[in-house]
Amino acid sequence: MQALAVVVLLFLFFEVTQNMRSNLSRMNQDFGFAFLSKSAGFDIVQALVPYSTGSSYSRALFVGFLNTLLISALCIVAATFLGFLVGVMRLSKNRLAAGVATLYIEFFRNVPVLLQIFVWYSLVILQILPAPKNALAVFDIAYLSNRGMIMPLPIFGEGAIYGLVGLVSAIVGGLALVFWANYRQNSTGKPFPKFWGSLGLVIVFPFCGLALAGFPITFDVPVRTAFSFSGGLVVVPELMALFLALSIYYATYIAEAVRAGIQAVNHGQTEAAHALGLTRGQTLRKVVIPQAMRVVVPPLISIYLGITKASSLAVAIGYPDLIAIGGTVLNQTGKAIELVSIWMVIYLCISLIMSSLMNWFNNRMKLVER
Amino acid sequence: MVLATYVRDLEAPKLPPPSNLKSIRHHLRENYFSSLGSGAMTVVLGSLLLWLAWRIVGFAIIDAVWTGTSSEACVSTDGTVIGACWPVVSQKFGQWIYGFYPVAERWRINICAVAFVAGLVPMLTPSVPYKMVNVVYLLVVFPLAAFVLLTGGNFDLSPGSYAGVVCLALLVAASLPLLIFGVDEGTSRNSLGLALAGAAFILWGASFISQVDFTVFGVSLDSGLLSVASGCVSLWVILSDSVGRRSRALRFWSVGIVALLASMLLLDIDFGLVPVETAQWGGLTVTLVVSITGIAASLPLGILLALGRQSNMPAIRIMSVGFIEFVRGVPLITVLFMASVMLPLFLPPGMNFDKLLRALVGVALFSSAYMAEVVRGGLQAVPKGQYEGATALGLSYWQMMAKIILPQALKISIPNIVSNFIVLFKDTTLVLIIGLFDLLAMAQTGLRDAAWASPVTASTGYLAIALIYWAFCFSMSRYAIYTERRLHTGHKR
Repeated sequence: MQALAVVVLLFLFFEVTQNMRSNLSRMNQDFGFAFLSKSAGFDIVQALVPYSTGSSYSRALFVGFLNTLLISALCIVAATFLGFLVGVMRLSKNRLAAGVATLYIEFFRNVPVLLQIFVWYSLVILQILPAPKNALAVFDIAYLSNRGMIMPLPIFGEGAIYGLVGLVSAIVGGLALVFWANYRQNSTGKPFPKFWGSLGLVIVFPFCGLALAGFPITFDVPVRTAFSFSGGLVVVPELMALFLALSIYYATYIAEAVRAGIQAVNHGQTEAAHALGLTRGQTLRKVVIPQAMRVVVPPLISIYLGITKASSLAVAIGYPDLIAIGGTVLNQTGKAIELVSIWMVIYLCISLIMSSLMNWFNNRMKLVER
Repeated sequence: MVLATYVRDLEAPKLPPPSNLKSIRHHLRENYFSSLGSGAMTVVLGSLLLWLAWRIVGFAIIDAVWTGTSSEACVSTDGTVIGACWPVVSQKFGQWIYGFYPVAERWRINICAVAFVAGLVPMLTPSVPYKMVNVVYLLVVFPLAAFVLLTGGNFDLSPGSYAGVVCLALLVAASLPLLIFGVDEGTSRNSLGLALAGAAFILWGASFISQVDFTVFGVSLDSGLLSVASGCVSLWVILSDSVGRRSRALRFWSVGIVALLASMLLLDIDFGLVPVETAQWGGLTVTLVVSITGIAASLPLGILLALGRQSNMPAIRIMSVGFIEFVRGVPLITVLFMASVMLPLFLPPGMNFDKLLRALVGVALFSSAYMAEVVRGGLQAVPKGQYEGATALGLSYWQMMAKIILPQALKISIPNIVSNFIVLFKDTTLVLIIGLFDLLAMAQTGLRDAAWASPVTASTGYLAIALIYWAFCFSMSRYAIYTERRLHTGHKR
């Protein structure tokens, strides 16, 4: 039976390559990635690395890849915060809070995310937000309009490197502090406020570094012109819509995962913690959350993967992510097989990295029994 | 003498009354104002909720426009606030449901919908008997009838295809003696039939690889004659024995071939229906066609993949794992793009796939990988003793799976299977990216209509569409919860 399956698979593979070759030759095309070095010739509305119309296709795809990572990271952070908030709210003793959380989850989870993206984009952002002329201003430094959000752009001058050095040393110092605090707590039982300690380090060190260099940071504040703005950091409306829609939609999934995790912690654990004299906060931080995390993290990682994959919906509203730029390239060159395989390989790599992270975490957090 | 110190000399304080006697005030205090923070939260959330409810009611009911024939009804001339523009929904509703399907032919979709609901409701109601008949209706009769009704049927199958199906069925018949008498006895009894079948198979394969007169069912003359001969011999071997006449395998085979020929005939007959190309389909019809086909195809595929992943055979396991992990690692859009732009390149020249069909293949394959993981979870949750017990009773692999393991595994995974269905239903919106007109795409096209251009057209339309999707998804999730409770026969803690 195995042999039969292998034979059938090989036969299919043979058939497919045979057909592909004949089809490609019929359409006067060849298979290969040489086109990647050709000049792209189209503009991209948002690029994190220098890009111009003259750049190559591979550069354009790289820009798209970075945009995919950007939108995924933003959404993951926002959805996590919102999801934890809603998940905890759903278990709140206050029935109104629990009800509002349930309402939120049941509504946003049962409407397709693509529809939500369209609503945010074409309804809220393009239609309800004012034109740049009447943009909503926040303290006259940031503006919100249907062309997107415009914020001050920090420009790092000479010497800003000291701030970076400070940050790096603060991270190293913070890790050392946590290590030492754990060691001391394990050996003597005395706790140390490691969270606040390392947070203080992360704030103080870069500040000192920058102070030493004389604060070489200036801000490029956007200025109102007749119809629009000049300068500043522009967040394009597509990014805003995608960010809002994906964060709000996936927060419902995270909230459900968090709720399941907290409910999975046996009530006896809380009671025992109270009996030992821990305060409510201590019980939550030291007993409930660590155990809940063990249940929450695996679904959380797959939700993160889902967010990364769903960021490909950007193509529907024209945010230049990997898929949208790949689609433009596909239209220009007709290299369907090459582009679809590039997409798939990149997404597969992201998935593999994330799932190996999950396995690492699972192994670390696994209950060691006997 | 002094009383012992442990004897109480004061009366114990009275206990509070039981909770069912508590006043509303107490209830409010307990659940909404138990502490300062809780009270503040109640006030803030409550006012937010009231504000939101007021806005929604104001938009959808109080300020809404209910009648009108064009956008003029929905454009405010004297500065009054205008809420939802409901006439646009009633005007476009037909298009949302039927897409570009010819208006005169819409009754065909209606009949399909009624036939589907008529099959689905008894299927989903646990107390209705004849579930097996119902399954056959839903999985065989209804799809065929719906296919003929929706496309118009009359496919002009060539006589060669009938011959091809008969030849294939006779070729398959060669394996029947093996099933009925066991492998050893079957081989010795039917050596002639098997040899003929093998020869036919080799000839057929050779003509296929060398691409000589290849058509879908076009079995070339030599291999066709050989398979007819092999089938006749095999059937004679079976029927000349008294055991064979009562065999279930034989019955299945004959029912199968009759059903196949009957369905081909059904597709062939000209019912006088106007043919409607799938390019004209749209709206909720396409959404439902894609999602129902996806659901119906992904569950069995997913079960097979999950079994393959748990299989002892390394080649099968590797193939299943590879497929599942690959599909789960990429977004649905790339799979749809693959189905729409790459699939035509993979097929032999001249073989043309319909756009809708390509999307269907993509959706079904994609969701089968997720289904496989859900079913695998269920398979792993079945205690090992069940597998061992079934093996000890002498059941074969398929008997064990069909009668012992899968019923338990599927029962455990029902909630996850349904949530997968819901995800699939929501994901069908993605087909608009490859140019199919599902409900969402149809609505968007309709909302761009210049005749209905007004500031509230888009918000009204999106609200209505969101409610339609929400109603489908929410009812599915409620049904899942209901089934979960009903099937929970175990010991709930």
